[in-house]
Amino acid sequence: MFWWILRRLGQMAIVLFGVVSLAFLLVYAVPADPATTLAGPNASAATIASIHKQLGLDEPLWQQYLGFIGRLLTGDLGTSYVLRETPVFGRIAAALPTTLLVAVGGIIWQILLGVPAGIYAAYRRGSWVDRVITFISLIGLSAPPFWLGLLLIYYFAFTWGLFPLNGLGDPVIWFLVLPTFTLGAGGGAWYARMTRTNMIETLDSPFVRMARAKGMPEHVILWRHSFRHIAIPLITMIGLDFGYFLGGVVIVETVFGLNGIGRLAFDAISNLDTPMIVGTVLFAAIFIVVVNFIVDLLYSVIDPRVRLNS
Amino acid sequence: MSEAIPAAAIVDPAELGDKPVRAREVWRSLTRDPAALISIIVLVLLALIALAAPLLSPHDPLQTFPDQGLGPQGQPLPPGTPGFLLGTDALGRDLLSRLIYGAQVSLIIGIVANGLATAFGVLVGVVAGYFGGVVEAVLMRITDVVISFPILLLCTALIAVTTRSTFNVIIVIALIYWTTLARIIRGMVVSLKEREFVVASRTLGLSHRAIMWRHILPHLVPAIIVYTTLGVASSILIESALSFLGIGVPIPQASWGQMISDGSTYFQIAPWMLFIPGICLIVTVMAFNLVGDWLSDMLNSSTPTAR
Repeated sequence: MFWWILRRLGQMAIVLFGVVSLAFLLVYAVPADPATTLAGPNASAATIASIHKQLGLDEPLWQQYLGFIGRLLTGDLGTSYVLRETPVFGRIAAALPTTLLVAVGGIIWQILLGVPAGIYAAYRRGSWVDRVITFISLIGLSAPPFWLGLLLIYYFAFTWGLFPLNGLGDPVIWFLVLPTFTLGAGGGAWYARMTRTNMIETLDSPFVRMARAKGMPEHVILWRHSFRHIAIPLITMIGLDFGYFLGGVVIVETVFGLNGIGRLAFDAISNLDTPMIVGTVLFAAIFIVVVNFIVDLLYSVIDPRVRLNS
Repeated sequence: MSEAIPAAAIVDPAELGDKPVRAREVWRSLTRDPAALISIIVLVLLALIALAAPLLSPHDPLQTFPDQGLGPQGQPLPPGTPGFLLGTDALGRDLLSRLIYGAQVSLIIGIVANGLATAFGVLVGVVAGYFGGVVEAVLMRITDVVISFPILLLCTALIAVTTRSTFNVIIVIALIYWTTLARIIRGMVVSLKEREFVVASRTLGLSHRAIMWRHILPHLVPAIIVYTTLGVASSILIESALSFLGIGVPIPQASWGQMISDGSTYFQIAPWMLFIPGICLIVTVMAFNLVGDWLSDMLNSSTPTAR
């Protein structure tokens, strides 16, 4: 176990190094020039040159890269091109809690909405309940999340005044209900479908028939035996979703006026703000790598057949 | 994040058969699945509307009506106003006309972008699966890299370095959406190439190209049809999300995502600007998803060997 964790940490460091280097080099590979984006289309050559000098863009690529990696090792992500004087690290640290709250909330909605619905639909396969759940999950998969978010704002916030319109305030959970639901609804529909398929297969398997034959109560079969069986693919999906969410939060943060990592990354990419792009990409990579690590740990907790050996 | 989840992955490719399907079987399976039948009718109607847009739309979708098209306080007019059946938007443009032209945008982007993505995904998948070895390793690692990026951010990056045009939106969506299909096709080809007919063709001395495109590809057609249908739904959703974020089809061109984006500013006084394009979008995407599900069921059940 100890060696397994050590090895994983080593792998994580290599992956993160690769991701950061790739992000850094990609921004240089694109034909567009950040200085032109900053100065506007009508700027003179002299202005562009002075911006290049100011940002260190006139140095050779390897020198910029080494400088960047050196500063990174001391925890310095540099300063934003667009908002000068703003350290990238500070901006990300400020935006991080919002995004984490929204992402975790979205995951919770996905699980709460999708898993019980999928299990129940599979249990009552072919009944009208099954059909209703399947239909609702199809709507969930087909609805554009930004539209769903706006619809929720219109009814729940504007018309009925149950929840705040946008932003964050006190108590935070009240402001998070609509954004997290928007983020989780599509995934919930997806989970319902996947859980239903997996559960139908599980309920047909010999060990369930065996349990039925020896008179095991249905709820024990469903929740203890079968649920454990479908939990592994479920956890894999949840792990992957954290990665997808980093794209999804852009939409949710835009619709609900939240200043999170998604908006930060989106604006940075639109402005070719290299330090901010690399910073947000690095954050995203850390996030995904850590979640995958936790997922692998959870496998061994849920499925005793999985052993964490090196 | 739902719009990034490829709806395609719902279907298990191993269950798609490769037996020929007769027209009568198609019709019979369609009558057993009314949702799919309705979906096909909806999509055909939508395609006709999009094709006949200049004939059907009462006004020019870009024309503003500063006098008749806006209320006394300059507010958008609600649906049912004489001359503007579905009302107007904040600039006094006719919503119905914009909706009809928006259907063109959604369908063209959904079908063309997804068609390109399909072609590319099939090419990568077949080549990787057939040749194996280094070719496969390189192609599949590239697929992994593209697939693991958050889709919207990758689109943003690609659009940020180009100019905003419908053509670029199509290319960007195609560049991102080929990955899922490439993975699935590769998996199928890996198992197909061990089958007797492939081994026999090789023994007969057929070229790699002939084996891949004349003998293996026909077996992939059912899977390709299913995933392409589901993929159109995803592509339409991504286009609308890009338009909503302001990096999709260039304004003032009408697209459903752009119309929802406009509506998001005015929904407190003009909720119809939000509702109407959203309902069109969701119905279209649902129809493509339902048809995709039906196709996968039908192509699956028509194969007695699949079970």
